[in-house]
Amino acid sequence: MFQIFGIPSQALFGQLLLGLINGSFYALLSLGLAVIFGMLNVINFTHGAQYMLGAFTAFFLLQYLGLGYWWAIVIAPIVVGIIGMVIERLFLQRLQNLDHLYGLLLTFGLALIIEGVFRNFFGSSGLPYAVPPSLQGGTNLGFMFLPNYRAWVVVCALAVCLATWFLIERTKLGAYLRAATENPTLVRAFGINVPRLITVTYGVGVGLAALAGVMAAPIYNVSPQMGANLIIVVFAVVVIGGMGSIMGAIVTGFGLGLIEGLTKVFFPQAANTAIFVIMAIVLLIRPAGLFGRRA
Amino acid sequence: MAMSAAKTQAFVAPDRSEAIAFLVMTAVFIIAPTFAYPVFLMKVLCFALFACAFNLLIGYVGLLSFGHALFFGWASYISAHAAKVWGLTPELAILAGTATAAVLGIVVGALAIRRQGIYFAMITLALAQMMYFFAVQAPFTHGEDGIQAVPRGRLFGIIDLADQTNMYVTVLVIFLACFLLIYRIINSPFGEVLKAIRENEPRAISLGYQVDRYKLMAFVLSATFAGVAGATKALVFQLASLTDVDWPMSGEVVLMTLVGGLGTVFGPAVGAFFMVSLENYLTTIGQWVFVVQGVIFVVCVMVFRRGIVGEIAHLARIKL
Repeated sequence: MFQIFGIPSQALFGQLLLGLINGSFYALLSLGLAVIFGMLNVINFTHGAQYMLGAFTAFFLLQYLGLGYWWAIVIAPIVVGIIGMVIERLFLQRLQNLDHLYGLLLTFGLALIIEGVFRNFFGSSGLPYAVPPSLQGGTNLGFMFLPNYRAWVVVCALAVCLATWFLIERTKLGAYLRAATENPTLVRAFGINVPRLITVTYGVGVGLAALAGVMAAPIYNVSPQMGANLIIVVFAVVVIGGMGSIMGAIVTGFGLGLIEGLTKVFFPQAANTAIFVIMAIVLLIRPAGLFGRRA
Repeated sequence: MAMSAAKTQAFVAPDRSEAIAFLVMTAVFIIAPTFAYPVFLMKVLCFALFACAFNLLIGYVGLLSFGHALFFGWASYISAHAAKVWGLTPELAILAGTATAAVLGIVVGALAIRRQGIYFAMITLALAQMMYFFAVQAPFTHGEDGIQAVPRGRLFGIIDLADQTNMYVTVLVIFLACFLLIYRIINSPFGEVLKAIRENEPRAISLGYQVDRYKLMAFVLSATFAGVAGATKALVFQLASLTDVDWPMSGEVVLMTLVGGLGTVFGPAVGAFFMVSLENYLTTIGQWVFVVQGVIFVVCVMVFRRGIVGEIAHLARIKL
């Protein structure tokens, strides 16, 4: 045990790890928001509710079908993603030619419905979800104790983020996507089914949120409002990073998680507000966001 | 040519339809206490003013603020604190709350107008959430309990507001005065510039208008009127609580305005009346209120984008 700036190393690294975990969720969620925004020009207010749905799907799978964590991490994103695609087909597609603010209002309404229904059936208190047996326990790194599950969350989130980046920036499908973002009419003229591409994109973005939800279930409890407050912080993250770049969303997400963790160590009263204050500063210095392009 | 047009714009007589609607609305609120609870009506009036303030921004500048609870709630806290702890008279308490909202409006507005569209909504929401956390932590707000048993006091030191009728008349006068003021603002040359920005911002810039100044001014005005509503509400209910600063309140004012009709003069008031009545009627269903609100949101956005008043105005081809 040694000290850094008068803080026991155990506490410092503990908070940094917690920050990294939060950062993983910020990154996954803001990545999903950025992917959806790129294609649909809609800020998906339902994202927090869909993150919550992911966690609840994992809970239901375990409770009623006896399917554990590893099943959930595959099934939940698919199920929630499909629900997302239905939402896109039923509602969002019809709003495409209107002011984008209507998309925001619609997804806000959907979030109220989903979260309200779950609150009625499951109350406000959280339901526990156990860490999978294969990831229980931890490793002593000498300067701190690292729970295996938390290490897994960080590694997995990072891998998924980089895979998404690769998919969008380096593959043919990603090229179609980026082209359709730039000029949907032209891409359609080349024979690519842009509406379907949009639906799938929304499904993938929502799937990312659900994946984050499954990973969060063993750390935080599974509760109906787990996404409601988180999504506002993620919005701030998105404003800071700017939604122009995928890598920007990832870097900002992890970075802000770490900064938040540090704030908890050195200035605990401000931990809740740190990200919002950073957002205000970024708006003053670089209004377009750290990685954004001026629209 | 342009000059003369601007001059005639500077003083526009209210449309006949709008004048009649205003008289009807005033008459309804004067007669209403005979068959409805004054507290319910005062709640409607406070929220109607809140929604009118919000509409000034979304309806006439095209800026969607998702953080207006910030101004409503903080004005409510300051007004309650001023009346209870500092012992100020009601009019001074309301002024203190309103001034707070105006100052917050300058700060939040200056930050938020640096980005447009969807980002604007996210920034206002995030800043409102930040101020929510301050409200949770600040000792004078009493956290979860809120500021309770706020004395209504004596207006100008004379009129006892504990009397329900006196309070009702006061709230009605405040509402009508602010309503007329907002009407005057949207029909002034200033208001015309706001509409020009809403319709085509680059063109307004190219015409030489300092768009950011106009936006900030509109934002501060909107925040100030929201502050009047919140400060008055604190005295009516003798309570300021976290509910008033939390994000569902921001969503609710959006919904009221949307239901009544974005960018209509009377829509927000009608929407507020509709939503407050609905919630009163639905108090027994508890948490389902949020689900009902969500459904109304979805229905409005999908098939009823003009709102109640907007739809009536469209069908009757009049201005409301």
